[in-house]
Amino acid sequence: MLNIMEVHETNQMIEQEKLDVRTITMGISLLDCAGADVDVVAENIYRKITTYAKDLVATGEAIERDYGIPIVNKRITVTPISLVGAGCCASSGDFVKLAHALDRAAKQVGVDLIGGYSALVSKAMTPAEEMLIRSLPQALSETDIVCSSVNVGSTKTGIDMNAVELLGHIIKDIAYATRDNDSYGCVKFVAFCNAPDDNPFMAGGFHGVTEGDAVINVGVSGPGVVSRALDEAEGRDFEFLCETIKRTAFKITRVGQLVAQEASRRLGIPFGIIDLSLAPTPAVGDSVGEVLEKIGLEQVGAPGTTAALAMLNDQVKKGGIMASSYVGGLSGAFIPVSEDRNMIDAAGSGCLTIEKLEAMTCVCSVGLDMIAIPGDTTAATISGIIADEAAIGMVNQKTTAVRIIPVYGKGVGDSAEFGGLMGYAPIMPVNRAGCEAFVTRGGRIPAPIHSFKN
Amino acid sequence: MNKAIITVVGQDTVGIIARVCTYLSEHQVNVLDISQTIIDGFFNMMMIVDYTNADTEFGAMVTDLDALGEQIGVKIRCQREEIFTKMHRV
Repeated sequence: MLNIMEVHETNQMIEQEKLDVRTITMGISLLDCAGADVDVVAENIYRKITTYAKDLVATGEAIERDYGIPIVNKRITVTPISLVGAGCCASSGDFVKLAHALDRAAKQVGVDLIGGYSALVSKAMTPAEEMLIRSLPQALSETDIVCSSVNVGSTKTGIDMNAVELLGHIIKDIAYATRDNDSYGCVKFVAFCNAPDDNPFMAGGFHGVTEGDAVINVGVSGPGVVSRALDEAEGRDFEFLCETIKRTAFKITRVGQLVAQEASRRLGIPFGIIDLSLAPTPAVGDSVGEVLEKIGLEQVGAPGTTAALAMLNDQVKKGGIMASSYVGGLSGAFIPVSEDRNMIDAAGSGCLTIEKLEAMTCVCSVGLDMIAIPGDTTAATISGIIADEAAIGMVNQKTTAVRIIPVYGKGVGDSAEFGGLMGYAPIMPVNRAGCEAFVTRGGRIPAPIHSFKN
Repeated sequence: MNKAIITVVGQDTVGIIARVCTYLSEHQVNVLDISQTIIDGFFNMMMIVDYTNADTEFGAMVTDLDALGEQIGVKIRCQREEIFTKMHRV
């Protein structure tokens, strides 16, 4: 039978250490909404989402209450809209109509974000996919809670440099279109390499074409719990440290698994995966940077940061994997600068640079995430940054991503305010040496040799 | 059997257990086990209860007990048992 110390430990995690389930995300296939008339397709999309997800928020809230565990976000992912709209959209403006349908449907059911205004162009862009990408500045500035992603490369296909080059300009245009709001539109867009089909986190979540009609995916969190557990490991060796992280990750993930199964049962929708990620928030004590510092760094960004992150990421997976029947999504520690108090401080003090973050992305789950850069950064430089990240993902057979915000009208020394869980960030300096001739060559970078396994 | 864990944390005063038990008996909730201890100077009480035959919804019990805690000046939480067993039992 349970004892009082175990119960106390769980409630301490929730109350003091900010243990939460970061998101319950319902993936919905929109392939059956396609048609020849854009207004009909928009209506189909609205109707399917508002039917399938009508009880999502209420169910999430009931689970929160029954178990006493906060579920911070309830979200929806949908089939990449470039596929759904390919048959009916003759212009970027038509795609924007579909973005509005997503926005309306998501608001109707009360979720906080909806993802899947996306295109998968890892080898090349179809005309529809290019139209969707070109619609992004308008779509992301006119809608509130629609998130977008573009997959520009994969280990199997190489990197579509035409898309990478285009995205440099598009990201600048999104930043300009949302200039009154610290270029907030860029917060809702991410460029991927090796994007997973079942990611429950935003902005990169979409419901892949390999998925079923609908699915429940859950993203867990808990850097605060890991941080607190590491107090016990102070001065101890790596074996003790790793055991502590694994044990903690197991406990966190079991809660996620419980919530996922319960949500799946109550909604009558199959359970997909748990995403084992340490996702920070700007709140004090909910920071991956703090975990790294407790492992022994004076400040995140110091030499040793990459090794510490590699170890942390690996132990989180080892502990979590046994706690869940299906693990997927991104699964690893997130390092979004603006959403992590200790990383904000380290970026502000100059200890944490974009180049160090790039190294860190080689060993953790995502990539350059929530990084504010000067508004006058050139499109070519942004494309170069995306190409570098995509290359890391392609060669290492892992997901990498870039969510970068060239904050219009701001420069190094300023800071950008995104609000809520998105946090705030000092504008970080960018290497300004040119790469225009590289990113504008046209065509694609071939798949690496080790992708040929057949 | 549907089990829940009720925890009370705060300053010890006369009648806390009595008032929680009165509420539970009024709603056909059976108490299976009670334990208490002092953690970090605070009174901690835990009850394991069976709410299979409760005459009220679980969500309403959570809200009512929370309100009762506010009246007494302690924090009362009522959670379904699985969150603890999942976390602490392999």
